[in-house]
Amino acid sequence: MQSETSPAVGSLVRLRGVRYVIGGRAIFDGLDVDIRRGEVTAVMGPSGTGKTTMLRLITGLVTAERGEVLVDGEEVSRLGRSDLYRLRRRMGMLFQNGALLTDLSVYENVAFPLREHTRLPERLIRPIVLAKLHAVGLRGAESLLPAELSGGMGRRVALARAIVMDPEILIYDEPFVGLDPISMGVVVRLIRELNDTLGLTSIVVSHDVHEIAAVADRAYLLSGGKVVATGSPSELNALDSAEVRQFMQGLPDGPVPFHYPAPDYAAQLFGARR
Amino acid sequence: MRQIARELRQSLSGSLVRIGKYSLFVGRLLSETPRALLRFRLVVEQVYNAGALSLVIIMLSGLFVGMVLGLQGYDLLQRFGSEESLGTAAALGLVKELGPVVTALLFAGRAGTALASELGLMRATDQIAALEMMAVDPVRRVVMPRFLGSVIAMPLLAAIFSMIGIFGAQLVGVQLMGVDPGQFWSQMKGAVEVADVMEGVIKSCVFGVACGAIAVYEGFHAIPTAEGVGRATTRTVVTSSVVVLLLDYMLTAVML
Ligand SMILES: Nc1ncnc2c1ncn2[C@@H]1O[C@H](COP(=O)(O)OP(=O)(O)OP(=O)(O)O)[C@@H](O)[C@H]1O
Ligand SMILES: [Mg+2]
Repeated sequence: MQSETSPAVGSLVRLRGVRYVIGGRAIFDGLDVDIRRGEVTAVMGPSGTGKTTMLRLITGLVTAERGEVLVDGEEVSRLGRSDLYRLRRRMGMLFQNGALLTDLSVYENVAFPLREHTRLPERLIRPIVLAKLHAVGLRGAESLLPAELSGGMGRRVALARAIVMDPEILIYDEPFVGLDPISMGVVVRLIRELNDTLGLTSIVVSHDVHEIAAVADRAYLLSGGKVVATGSPSELNALDSAEVRQFMQGLPDGPVPFHYPAPDYAAQLFGARR
Repeated sequence: MRQIARELRQSLSGSLVRIGKYSLFVGRLLSETPRALLRFRLVVEQVYNAGALSLVIIMLSGLFVGMVLGLQGYDLLQRFGSEESLGTAAALGLVKELGPVVTALLFAGRAGTALASELGLMRATDQIAALEMMAVDPVRRVVMPRFLGSVIAMPLLAAIFSMIGIFGAQLVGVQLMGVDPGQFWSQMKGAVEVADVMEGVIKSCVFGVACGAIAVYEGFHAIPTAEGVGRATTRTVVTSSVVVLLLDYMLTAVML
């Protein structure tokens, strides 16, 4: 049930006792997570448990009500705007829906961080951008607009954009959704390769148990605002907890609720005739 | 009775809170202005966007407002036997009042709503969050150029409106009603002073700040759903219109 209590020397991101409330509901209460430097850490959990929210906490897009969110030893919620931006320049994030800038072409989207943060001339920007687009297999799409891309293509462009500044921490929110098997294989390999060759630290949010098993060093399983289990994917698979088995094997019934918190169904149906 | 009092108090305190938030936001916008002007290309792009969106309706409306002024003005002035002052009356009315105000109202309805929904959609589709994540301040990169674009476009559009309006008044007064063209133009030249034109320019600059700030505020802070974006655009038009008319009265009173 508990994440291990070692001093976590090598942890780059550290969440301790995080509580986060939105819409009057505590999404997290007492969340403890460690993301180790140089590893690919997977975050799994049923839809709506707050995986995206956890990424937003780590990146300082939202602030926890209680608890610590440390990135490389710095408390994210206490950073001023310029310090936060300095930290974010070391991170790349792939949003769940791509979040490409709709008024810029694919090429300009990928070039965007370079143009904003560096004074590189076009002749240096171009090879960098093309290399990143090539890595995600979309060099040929450079002149398309985001509206002309499919969801999966958009996500791959967003991945190219996320790595264009060579970040230290790469955060992927559901990178596998909507990819065909070929692109899926490419992206899985890319995540691993980027992590190992560039010495990154990666956080991958996903439901896909099999892809996670292929790519992750460690995995966290979140449910009900807490960490339910943690370990290497094979350890998780071997764990004999009902919650973990349910999730890893995709069973509808078990301790992890399929339903969003709701009043008793029968009571609601028959009580509604007031 | 008590219920009404409570609701009044609540809506009043709600408006006060909103006015406070607006003021803070406008303060931020103004303090970012010098910096944003450095990236002038982005601003020019937005002047072009806002201007191009509104140009046609503003030209058309200017023409019709001018023509109506021509008719009404002629009818009124004729009763005092001074229809040759039509040029002066139309020019003063347009330059000082109708030009800035009607332009601002049309601008809010056309460019303002477009701005608000664009920014709202950018938030709803995580583009604002993506900018944040790329360590690019969305206020600086996205909001400021659009705000300044409105501030610059507004006086230009108001000037176009007034010029076309005067042409419309001339069309009706001179061509249709037979006012002497020499009188029409020379009286106008004699009576309209630089101060009158400045009054119009100041007004439309202030309206540009108001309409631009309201549109970007509502869009940038829209609730990130389809409904939220819709509400933000509606609020942009309503708030802008009321604020423009209110400011118009205050500015007129001050500058008269
Ligand atoms: N603006 C909001 N107002 C109220 N509740 C919200 C809001 N945003 C998110 N939530 C709630 O927060 C919870 C977590 O959302 P989050 O997007 O983090 O889930 P997730 O684990 O990423 O799910 P998915 O796998 O479907 O992407 C959801 O149950 C959602 O209902
Ligand atoms: Mg999510």
